[in-house]
Amino acid sequence: MRYLLRKLAFYVVALWAALTLNFLVPRLMPGNPVDLMLSKLATKGPVTPTTRNAIEALLGTDTHSSLWSQYWTYLHHLVTGDLGTSIAYFPAPVSQVIGQTLPWTVGLIGLATLISFAIGILLGRAAGWRRGSWVDNLIPVTTMLQSVPYFWLALLLLFLLGSTWPVFPLSGGYDVYSVTPGWSLPFAQSVLYHGALPALTIVISSVGGWMLGMRNMMVSTMSEDFVVTAEAKGLTPGRIRSRYVARNAVLPSISGFAISLGFVVAGSIVTEAVFSYPGIGSALLLAVGNNDYALMQGVFLIITLAVLGANLLVDLLYGVIDPRTRARS
Amino acid sequence: MTATTEGAVAVAAPIRRRTLPPMTVKLAVGLGIAGLIILFGVIGPLLVGDPSAVRDIGLTAPGNGFLLGTTQSGQDVFAQLAYATRGSLIIGVVVGAITLLLSSFFGIVGAFVGGWTDEAFSLFTNIMLVIPGLPLVIVISSYVPNKSIWLVAAVLAITSWAGSARVLRGFTLSVRSRDYVLAARIGGEKRWRILLVEILPNLIPLLASQVVFAVIFAILGEAGLSFLGLGASGSFTWGTMLFYAQNGLALRLGAWWWFAPPGLAIALFGAALSLINFSIDEIINPKLRSQTRAERNKWSVKA
Repeated sequence: MRYLLRKLAFYVVALWAALTLNFLVPRLMPGNPVDLMLSKLATKGPVTPTTRNAIEALLGTDTHSSLWSQYWTYLHHLVTGDLGTSIAYFPAPVSQVIGQTLPWTVGLIGLATLISFAIGILLGRAAGWRRGSWVDNLIPVTTMLQSVPYFWLALLLLFLLGSTWPVFPLSGGYDVYSVTPGWSLPFAQSVLYHGALPALTIVISSVGGWMLGMRNMMVSTMSEDFVVTAEAKGLTPGRIRSRYVARNAVLPSISGFAISLGFVVAGSIVTEAVFSYPGIGSALLLAVGNNDYALMQGVFLIITLAVLGANLLVDLLYGVIDPRTRARS
Repeated sequence: MTATTEGAVAVAAPIRRRTLPPMTVKLAVGLGIAGLIILFGVIGPLLVGDPSAVRDIGLTAPGNGFLLGTTQSGQDVFAQLAYATRGSLIIGVVVGAITLLLSSFFGIVGAFVGGWTDEAFSLFTNIMLVIPGLPLVIVISSYVPNKSIWLVAAVLAITSWAGSARVLRGFTLSVRSRDYVLAARIGGEKRWRILLVEILPNLIPLLASQVVFAVIFAILGEAGLSFLGLGASGSFTWGTMLFYAQNGLALRLGAWWWFAPPGLAIALFGAALSLINFSIDEIINPKLRSQTRAERNKWSVKA
């Protein structure tokens, strides 16, 4: 119970820090969003003071109230779920835009990451079990693939499998012309078909990390005394491998899985940009392109919340699968 | 970077015998590739022409005096690659250095001092760890219209030090409680001396591998940022080359010589640094060293 409380307390503090950061970043930056928008407008024609007032009202940057009261208003808006109005998707509220784009990202990134994790762990288990085997020699190759930038691999695959041999579609989340979104088989097929190449990119470039981590932990665990004992008892190698070594070796990978989620989301933003995938990364980029600060803040907030939530989930799970963490705290 | 890694290891060599990694094939290949790329980044820009010079021979394939062909507006891809290599390496070195400073301060000092300082530092590190980096970088950089290459490096470093701080903290905690440190403390050694002379040399391999990771991360991060058009303004990096290639429809027009070299350079450099890191890992964790044949036979009982 103490372990649980400690974890929850940490996430409450982390959540508060993320919210505050989200509040402070726009206000600490040298560029003022209003000035930025005005300077962009000024290149197209004269700007009157009324325009300035209109933009200030639109962005909610009321410079007259104190930072403190702005902070309270911000927190109050968040609690009521009011994230402001998007400029890029005007007049849709930010929460609606996020609600539309989030399932795409969670579906694509979540599935691809889980697949990559599973493949990486299995390959790593095999490589660590027999060092010097062909699976083990695969590691330098997967490491090379891991240092390939996500988006460049995506560009390359798009060039080869999209343009040269048109096996996969070039962009989008589903075929906009022939199917309508809904719970139907053609739509599901279209989504899978369009998601295959982005998912493949993510799996290829992230599987190496899992494999290497698992392999190294396998090697370390195999020299523990309990493995020798298990061997002395005459257990079958298969049992030693899965029940004794792999079960212990996989623990750091699981906690690494939580930490990596942040990086996965980051990589997905760029991947979505390459494939014009209708996910939350594309929304963030559109917001950046259109100086849509409300949407930008909202997306950043949701990404942070998602990563925090996933971390909390893994942490709680970790307490169950590894009782030592509970005992120590 | 390799230069700093080698420097750090060389300094430590007289104190601890095993800190210099044995010259394996992996290490040699890694050092070789990384060295060649660094050499290209340092000397290349001096030998090639103006990377921005526009000619009326858009999108010519490699050959005819242009080693890697030309871009859409006739710029020399090879010259651009030379300048881009320099730009990306600068980012990598700067971020590596800042990350090293931040992570050793929050990781090592916190764990060494202990008590409330450690609690506070560790909480701060963990919070920075769960806040996703690239989205934050995108948000921050969208507020600053004209960014210098230094600002981009600083932002990348601020969002990426936490992971290695956590690793360093764990290791420092284990070193701190070893008997010889206790002996030094009882022997009346000053605290800063215990930290710098007794504990730090043990951390050098770990620090080196963390710096190498930071450099890879920085170069990849900057490339992603520039690819989205949010990088430093007016700079040449591998990421900006890819950005212009993507915007110039290099992909649809089949101009592989434009978009392939920068990505390949990132991949090669990253792979080279990873190979170097493998060798450093084998010092930190001797169990990872290659097995003897007898040991391997023991485990090759049919699974």
